[in-house]
Amino acid sequence: MSYFVVGYYAMLIGASCVAAYYSQRQVFLLLFSLTLVSFIVGIVGGVPALTFITTAAGALALAAGTSYAFREFLVLITPPSISRELKAAPLTASFGMFVILTYAIAGIFAPIMAPYGESEVIAGAFAPADENMLLGADQLGRDIFSRLIYGARNTVGLALLATLLAFFIGAIGGLLAATKGGFLDQLLGRTADVIMSVPSLIFALLMLSIFGTDLAVIVIVVAIIYAPRVFRLARAVAGNVVVMDYIEAAKLRGEGTGYLIRKEILPNSTAPLIAEFGLEFCFVFLLIAGLSFLGLGIQPPTADWGSMVRENATLISFGDITPLIPAAAIALLTVAVNFVVDWMLYRSSGLKD
Amino acid sequence: MGGIFGLVLKRLLLGLVTLLVVSILIFFAVELLPGDIAQAVLGQGATDETVRAMREQLGLDRPALVRYLEWLFGALQGDFGVSLVSGERVSEVISDRFANTLFLAAYAAVIAVPISIILGIMVALLRNSLFDRVANVLTLTSISSPEFFLGYILILYLAVKTSYFPAIASLSSDMSFPDLLHRTFLPALTLVLVVTAHMMRMTRAAIINLLASPYIEMARLKGVPPWLVIVRHALPNAWAPIINVVALNLAYLITGVVLVEVVFVYPGIGQFLVDAVAKRDFPIVQACCLIFAATFILLNLAADVGAILTNPRLRHPK
Repeated sequence: MSYFVVGYYAMLIGASCVAAYYSQRQVFLLLFSLTLVSFIVGIVGGVPALTFITTAAGALALAAGTSYAFREFLVLITPPSISRELKAAPLTASFGMFVILTYAIAGIFAPIMAPYGESEVIAGAFAPADENMLLGADQLGRDIFSRLIYGARNTVGLALLATLLAFFIGAIGGLLAATKGGFLDQLLGRTADVIMSVPSLIFALLMLSIFGTDLAVIVIVVAIIYAPRVFRLARAVAGNVVVMDYIEAAKLRGEGTGYLIRKEILPNSTAPLIAEFGLEFCFVFLLIAGLSFLGLGIQPPTADWGSMVRENATLISFGDITPLIPAAAIALLTVAVNFVVDWMLYRSSGLKD
Repeated sequence: MGGIFGLVLKRLLLGLVTLLVVSILIFFAVELLPGDIAQAVLGQGATDETVRAMREQLGLDRPALVRYLEWLFGALQGDFGVSLVSGERVSEVISDRFANTLFLAAYAAVIAVPISIILGIMVALLRNSLFDRVANVLTLTSISSPEFFLGYILILYLAVKTSYFPAIASLSSDMSFPDLLHRTFLPALTLVLVVTAHMMRMTRAAIINLLASPYIEMARLKGVPPWLVIVRHALPNAWAPIINVVALNLAYLITGVVLVEVVFVYPGIGQFLVDAVAKRDFPIVQACCLIFAATFILLNLAADVGAILTNPRLRHPK
């Protein structure tokens, strides 16, 4: 029994007692069940397992602190109308916004922030980390840290582009189908059904095997695969708006389809569409990361998180976690976007239960 | 009962039509190749004679429609033509691998389905508690992680650092069943993590949706004990959404399995497909895509039919 283990259990049990004394039932339950789990994990995994739990708890506390500070910061700098909403936002949402902001900065200022170029060979293959290279070198001797930063630009940029295109196609199609109806509606609807009845990754693989792995091809194929989701939502949302009286009035005034969509329907269906944009981005991002991981996405020497995992995967068998960092970067961004979307959906739906 | 059979029949027919359309899509997508298959496979450097010889061998001089019908009827009998790269019969290479993939998916499903339904019902009943919030964050994280991330984490902690399980799921025919389960545990666990998260969230949403309905409130108001509300009033109506959730997620397994097979070098159909895409071996790509798409469509079909059959309102029409 080292001091660490004794201190660890003393902390947990002490904190549980404090929670129980102040009748914080849920906090007590959480802490005490963590203590019980630690007993089991500690017996099976020994001290390393307990260190792992401590590190995880510390990371969680750090994330919570950062999100709290960031939320207060946002509340201070935004005008009152927005800050009132932000004050009520859960910590997960502000954590998501913080992560998205960090990624955006890394992506935009990549050439300034990265110490080396994305395809610059500066060391031997798999050279370990030193004072020049934060995370060591990859299989060709390129700085992993620099490639990670450039990856924020390439991977996220590509996913964003594909999402925008998917959104553009889907939203236009959905709005047109809702306003025009009839044959066009049927045609677009059935096309969407067919595309959605093939698993997305399989469809992407089929198309990429035919058209090759060009960046433009990836963007277009991924956009076509995910456009039907937007199409369905846009059509459903616009379908509810179309039957409103003010649309009828605009039609009687003799306004054209373009005017109806731009000025009447779109402003009244933005909230669900924005939330869908976030979700859609997650799907597209994961699909593109998966394709890159399979070696069929963004081609070398461009830095990209998915292919970085594949290229350095051999390091994992030596117990090195570096190849997991780009994968974690993908997961973190997707989680962040999901947190923000969750909050937006909760707000727009007015759900209180 | 005529109504319900009619509904099921209609849904089955619709599924068949979808399958047919998808097969057309898969076959004619390859026809979109710039030039044709022979040129694409042989490349720029090929002489006219070799290209012509290959065209003849593949029968490309006949109209596309005839070739499609031949391919479709072949596929129905399990014959997917010949690999362009190795010259082997596609069906022979694929059948073992398809069995392996099915085994992996079934393994994952057997673990994931009961866990996620029980947990999903629990979080729905304890909604907005701390337990629910922690579960929400955990499942969201699991959904948001790419499959290869989860897979490599498991490899790192359960295979490399502790060596409880093998990192590479290679199979051999003389393996005993427990050995097989041990070998394939990590890929199955990766799938379980992803699918459980999805299923839990969907089950939670379905149950909460159900608990908000008026007849549940009625039961509560007349003083039925909480567990009886669940067993007698909620559950009979919950089967339809739960079956839907299960089938949809089994369909989701189909896509997840491709990445997981590559991570663990598992000899399944997904890894085979990825190899074939890289080599541009079109008959194999078409065969794998058709099998994946058909499984996906069938599972979705099963979800819909299950939902129709378990819906008390449809079973007992007024």
